Order: sequence, then structure tokens, then C-alpha cells
Amino acid sequence: MYSQGLIGADGRSTETPEFLEAFQRRIDAEEKIEPNDPMPEGYRRTLVRQIGQHAHSEIVGMLPEGNWISRAPSLKRKAALLAKVQDEGGHGLYLYSAAETLGVSREEMTEELHSGKAKYSSIFNYPTLSWADIGVIGWLVDGAAIMNQIPLCRCSFGPYARAMIRVCKEESFHQRQGYEIVMTLARGTPEQKEMAQDALNRWWWPSLMMFGPHDADSQHSDQSMKWKIKRFTNDQLRQQFIDATVPQAEYLGLTVPDPDLAWNPEKNAGKGGYDHGPIDWDEFWRVVKGHGPMARDRIRDRRRAWDKGAWVREAARAHAAKRAARARPIAAE
Amino acid sequence: MSEALKQAVLELADDHLILGHRLSEWCGHAPMLEEDLALPNMALDLIGSARTLYGYAARLEGQGRSEDDMAYLRTEREYLNCLLVERPNRDFAHTMLRQLYFAAFMEPYWQAALSSRDELVVGVAGKAAKEMAYHIRHAGEWVIRLGDGTEESTRRMREAVEDLHLYTPELFAASPAAAACAEEGLLPDRAALRPAWERTIAMIFDEALLEAPEVPFPREGGRQGLHGEELGHLLAEMQWAQRVYPGAQW
Ligand SMILES: [Fe+2]
Ligand SMILES: [Fe+2]
Repeated sequence: MYSQGLIGADGRSTETPEFLEAFQRRIDAEEKIEPNDPMPEGYRRTLVRQIGQHAHSEIVGMLPEGNWISRAPSLKRKAALLAKVQDEGGHGLYLYSAAETLGVSREEMTEELHSGKAKYSSIFNYPTLSWADIGVIGWLVDGAAIMNQIPLCRCSFGPYARAMIRVCKEESFHQRQGYEIVMTLARGTPEQKEMAQDALNRWWWPSLMMFGPHDADSQHSDQSMKWKIKRFTNDQLRQQFIDATVPQAEYLGLTVPDPDLAWNPEKNAGKGGYDHGPIDWDEFWRVVKGHGPMARDRIRDRRRAWDKGAWVREAARAHAAKRAARARPIAAE
Repeated sequence: MSEALKQAVLELADDHLILGHRLSEWCGHAPMLEEDLALPNMALDLIGSARTLYGYAARLEGQGRSEDDMAYLRTEREYLNCLLVERPNRDFAHTMLRQLYFAAFMEPYWQAALSSRDELVVGVAGKAAKEMAYHIRHAGEWVIRLGDGTEESTRRMREAVEDLHLYTPELFAASPAAAACAEEGLLPDRAALRPAWERTIAMIFDEALLEAPEVPFPREGGRQGLHGEELGHLLAEMQWAQRVYPGAQW
């Protein structure tokens, strides 16, 4: 899962205007850029950053949901959640591989995550407090990720676009599965329904924030759009998400926690859409800047897993070296 | 007979669920991303088999209980898993060795179960034998890497052998129910699988530079519901939702 709100990308380039123009012509012709093709340094840097943030989001995203594997309420749900969290790890793996084609190693990226230098989606800095959160995360958070990732399947950088095609299929499965969990709760006991409503209340606004700042405040959007890394603006995607999700909530008999939410027939060029209330941008920036409720815990958990696993990785390297050394004299004969 | 079969199937189901749960505790916390994928994979194999087996035990019992009733509404004293599978993860060496010990037993077990007179057992066995062969490979490779890796990994691996080997004799012991099922050709004879298990372990230990210790006093009791202290905590966590919200559908 990933938020649209790419933080701190630096798209500046020092190449000649001819080089940049030739590159732009390829982009405009919808050619895919492959790892060994010439590309502006700013393009490469933006992608490393974006794919890295995306990969980290998948990995950190395993933690809030992983929090409920041991307490999943049925064997079927336990297996499905385990498989989902495993899928997210798989997404992280393809994305790290896509970023590696641009000349950064997974180790380097991991270190940047642990030192706080690299960002990941802020949504994972909220806690999962009940089983309903698992449903609502699938429904809203995977749902928001899909809105963002479907256009990324056409991203100008080939390896990223291809990774996204595979990822999107799995995300839409997660989204349906999440919705189904929420539906079961919404049709369950009064306590279960309350659990579902409470989860929706807590995750709604953070989900809208996943699309990043308003277009007017989004610094890096223009260059990314020009390079066709990004195809829609933050506000366009957020609107699509709201328009798709509100009827789903209504169908469940749940209330979207926004008193200003109203159907506006003029929106979307006369097709109609929902107006929504103001987003709390103070909260957004606070969480983006690392003050989300679980921010310290998430990084501490990742770092702890990494540090506790150091001896295992060392042993694997040492064993491989011993094997190679044993094989060598025979090979030389 | 169906009472004995139900009991023996429950023993198997409990083994698979508890070990699957233990493996799932690693999810998101493994030493490397590849293991964050491999551990849940193995956990899913085990939980998948457990579900089929619980469903079957419930049908044999014929009182309208579901797989979830079996898993979530039995107490610690009613759980019949062997003690090996409930041992805590401790570290990656313990986890991989526990997996190897279990899979090295279950692989020949399911192979033998392919000729059971019970159709459902044959069905589970076909899938599970392949899964267990993969678990032996995966866990076995790690036992070798860690056993013959660094000083620290060798020390941890040896400690794991010391901690866990004494739980392995219970794998070959049959409860009265399991013995009756073996007699009837419904389930394999556990004791007969010892040579195959020992061969697998010896082969891997040889490469891992490990030695299997003598076990003068094996730890047993799981099949009578006499467990270690950790199982209660595992169940308290696993059964929490079903206990707090009785009768709810999820
Ligand atoms: Fe994902
Ligand atoms: Fe997902």
C-alpha cells in the first residue's frame, strides 16, 4: 500500500536542454523508460525515492495488520489475514527489486528506513485497535492504494509499471476481502456493528490524507506529472476515492464521519460527486513529520527485527563463503 | 471407532494449528524479507491442514460443532497437541529446528497415510506430504546454515538442539486413540516412522555439524492435555475474540 503524498522528492536536473527535451519526447510518446536507458538524474532520484517509499510502506504496513494475526476471530480469517500480510511483504520485495534496477541496494534503502531518512505512508502510524480495523484497512486503505496504483500501472518507468500491475491485482482482492469483513460485522451483533462504525470513524480521515496535500500545496506534482510518473493529481484521486467509497458505506448502514459530506450534482463535470468537509492538515503534517501515534513503535519494531536477525544473516553469508571455499579446490582441478 | 478417530484427528489438528500459530508470530518480524514470506507460507500450510482436520473431527463427533468451535472453544487441558509444537519461538534457530523435527516426522507420516482406509485422511495426506517435504528442505537448509555458520549461530543452534530434542520422542508415541486407528489401518503407526525421521535428521545434522543427544528423560504429556506453561498464553490470545463475544459470527 502506498500514499500518493510523495514527500521531499527532488526533481532538479543538471542535464543539457537537448538531453532533457529528447527524454521528454520519449515520455510524451508513451515509451517505457528501462533501467539502462539514459535518464535525467532528477527522474532517477524521484523514482528511487518514490519506489523506496512505496516499498517501505508495504513493509511497515505489515505491522499494524500483523498485530491481529494471533487474535483473528476464526481460522478462515486468520489464514486470510496471514496471506494478506504475506502479500504485502511480497509487494515490498518486488518494489525493492524495481528500485534496485536504479542502482540502490535493498540494504541501503532499509538503513534509510531505520534511520528515519526514508519515509513511508503515514497511515501505518495509526494503531489497529479492534478486529474491525482489519476490515476497514482492507476496505479503505487498500482501496485508496488501488486508486493511486492503477494509474501507476502506466507509469513511464517500466519496472515500476510492471510491478504495479501485479500488485494491483492483489490489492483489489484485499479490498474486497476487507469490505467483506466489515459487512459481516455491520450485519452482526450490535457490538460488532459498533466496532465497525468506530473503526470507520478512526480510519476515514487518515485514509483521505493518504492522497497527500491539496494540489495547490503539492510541490512536486508538476514535474512528476510531466514525466508521467504520476497521472492524476492528489485531489482528483481523493475525489474518485470518496465517490466510490461513500455509497459502499451507505450500503453497509455505516455513517461516514463527515457532517459536511453532501452529494453535489455539479461535481465531476456534471456527473456528480461528493463535497466533503475540511481535512485537518495540521494532523496531516504532524503525522507526516513523524509524530503519528505509532511512528516510534513502528520504526523501533522494524529496527528490532533487523537487529535481532543480524546473526542469522551473518551466518547465512558465512556458510555460503565456507561452501564456496570448499567447492573451489575441486573446481580448480 | 469413530470416537478414537475423532480423538486422533484432533491430536493432528492441534499439532498443525499450534505450530502454524507459532510460525505466524514471526510475521513482520523475521530476520529478512524472504523469511517474512516463507514463514507465513509454512504457517498457512499448517493452518490449512488444521482446518480440514478440525472440520472432520467435528463431523465424526456429530454434535454440530464447527472447525472454529474445535479451535477456539476448547481449554488448555482439552488441547491434545504434542509438546514440541507449542515450544516458544525463542530465536530463529529454535524455530527452524522445531520445524525440521516436526516436518521430518510428518512427511513420512503423510506418505504412509496415503494408503489409509479413510478417504479424508488420504485427501489431506496428498497435499500435506508435499508441503512437509518443502518444510524439511526449507528448515533443513537453515539448520545447516546456522549449524555451520558463525560462532554465534553454531552456539545458538546447539542450544536449540539441547532445548528441543527431548520433545521429539513424543512424536513417535501413540495415544490409545492413535494406536486403535493404526490398528484399523486408518492412520499410520507412529512408532514405525522413527527410522525415517532419524535418517533425515542424521543427514541434516551431519552437514550442520550437530549431534543428536541421548534423551534419557523425554518430555511428554501433550496427548493427555498436560502442557507446558506457554500453551495457556497462546490460547488466551488466540481464543480471545471467541471468548469475549460468544456466539458472534466473524
Ligand atoms: Fe500492498
Ligand atoms: Fe494490500
